[in-house]
Amino acid sequence: MSLPEVPPADDVTTGWWDATREHRLMVQECTQCGHLQHPPRAVCTACSSMDHLELRETAGTGEVDACTVIHRAPRPDVDVPYTVARVRLTEGPLILTRLVDGDQWAIGDQVNVGWTDLPDGRALPVFH
Amino acid sequence: MTARVAIVGAAESDLGVTGKSILTLQSQAVTRALADAGLTLADVDGIATTGISRFSATQLADYFAIQPTWTDSTFAGGSAYEMMVARAAQAIQAGQATTIVISFASNQRSAKSRRLGGVHEPHIPEAQFEEPYDMLFPVSYYAMAAQQYLHKFGGTREQLAEIAVAAREWALLNPKAFRYGKGPITAEDVVTSAMISSPLTVADCCLVTDGGGAVVLTSLERARDLPRKPVEILGYGERTTNTSFTAVDDLTAPGAIGSGRDAFARAGITPADVDVLQVYDSFTITAALSVEALGFCGRGEVLGFIADGRIRPGGALPLNTSGGGLSYCHPGQYGILLLVEAVRQLRGESGDRQVEGASTAVAHGTGGILSTHATVVLGVDR
Repeated sequence: MSLPEVPPADDVTTGWWDATREHRLMVQECTQCGHLQHPPRAVCTACSSMDHLELRETAGTGEVDACTVIHRAPRPDVDVPYTVARVRLTEGPLILTRLVDGDQWAIGDQVNVGWTDLPDGRALPVFH
Repeated sequence: MTARVAIVGAAESDLGVTGKSILTLQSQAVTRALADAGLTLADVDGIATTGISRFSATQLADYFAIQPTWTDSTFAGGSAYEMMVARAAQAIQAGQATTIVISFASNQRSAKSRRLGGVHEPHIPEAQFEEPYDMLFPVSYYAMAAQQYLHKFGGTREQLAEIAVAAREWALLNPKAFRYGKGPITAEDVVTSAMISSPLTVADCCLVTDGGGAVVLTSLERARDLPRKPVEILGYGERTTNTSFTAVDDLTAPGAIGSGRDAFARAGITPADVDVLQVYDSFTITAALSVEALGFCGRGEVLGFIADGRIRPGGALPLNTSGGGLSYCHPGQYGILLLVEAVRQLRGESGDRQVEGASTAVAHGTGGILSTHATVVLGVDR
């Protein structure tokens, strides 16, 4: 794929993006209440704590929750068709991603994380 | 006792491909709605609008040289105008304003201002975690909702296409519709059109046109002295659920379930009492999900429910009688035009597409990616 421009990480998301440099997929965990959430936020949406959020590594596995094959790209130089999906991580949170290796994906398919490296050293998680 | 509130004027701006500016179309919509109500700009002390600039209501007040006692610029996409009806009714009941205009206009087709990827705001989480995957905004979200619906409840793309087929039937009865005179379409036409974001084709997607509209609200007591039959605000409800693609667990259960329940409870009626229904049809699936979520049929039943021609002209549940966003007009935040058509139906002014004896109508807006949901129940004395 033609690589997208990904905005720089901010105060909340730096740790998550840094982990992608080592091809590790993280979700945020609240050590006060145990809630897992994605994407990372400044606050736990379950218990309101701003002081107990840490990053926890996932197994990098999940299941296709929904997907769509896109035939018109929103920017130039993107090969069509391609598949965008919601993947339900084994740990629970949903993540938006792409499914690579073909376009015959269905709800319920089991998938594993792979990585698309970005020029700045970060990487985008995709699934196959 | 709480004062009752009514819509006393309603109008469209020029529609289609206008070559006009947003503020010209706004001026048309507002002055035509005021003229319909027997009023002028000098009578207006409340303005609710969006889609003009960062300070939309302020901007419009300045443009009209009005210094309102109340404004609202709720920015919630296509459902904003149904939300504004609720806020305006409350403002009139509270005595904060007497005559409120709710309006919207866009020149998105003439200005070629629409983008397949949506609007980029680099500071929001979606810019880092969703946009890099090149989903189309908003269509890919609705596409996933359609995929989940067909997977969960069964049904076919052809059944879903009935929403677009029926919308075209209505548009053929509306001289102002963009597809007026263009002939009928079939479910086969819809599913064999160019695929955009599976399972939705270009014919499952609404038009991209210029257009706008406005409605005028005042107390029912004052409305009785104005020229048009007052259309009373009987109930309203709203839900706000998400901005991201991953916040909502079940894409087949939109916030319309709650907004509709609240609106019907406030009005003291049920879906069975509704004579004519206007729901936002940004995509075929948007309208299908809305009809079901509002309670017109059971969960998982909408594709069978609409299969018998029920939502077409002459059917038991007249839906999107203007031709909808799919075949009439879609200027972006289409919700204002749901209200305009509902008012015209209740006043008996809809010409060839008039639903005989309609006395209760529902307008239901959906904004963003099934993000915001707002329902308004309207009625007239017959």
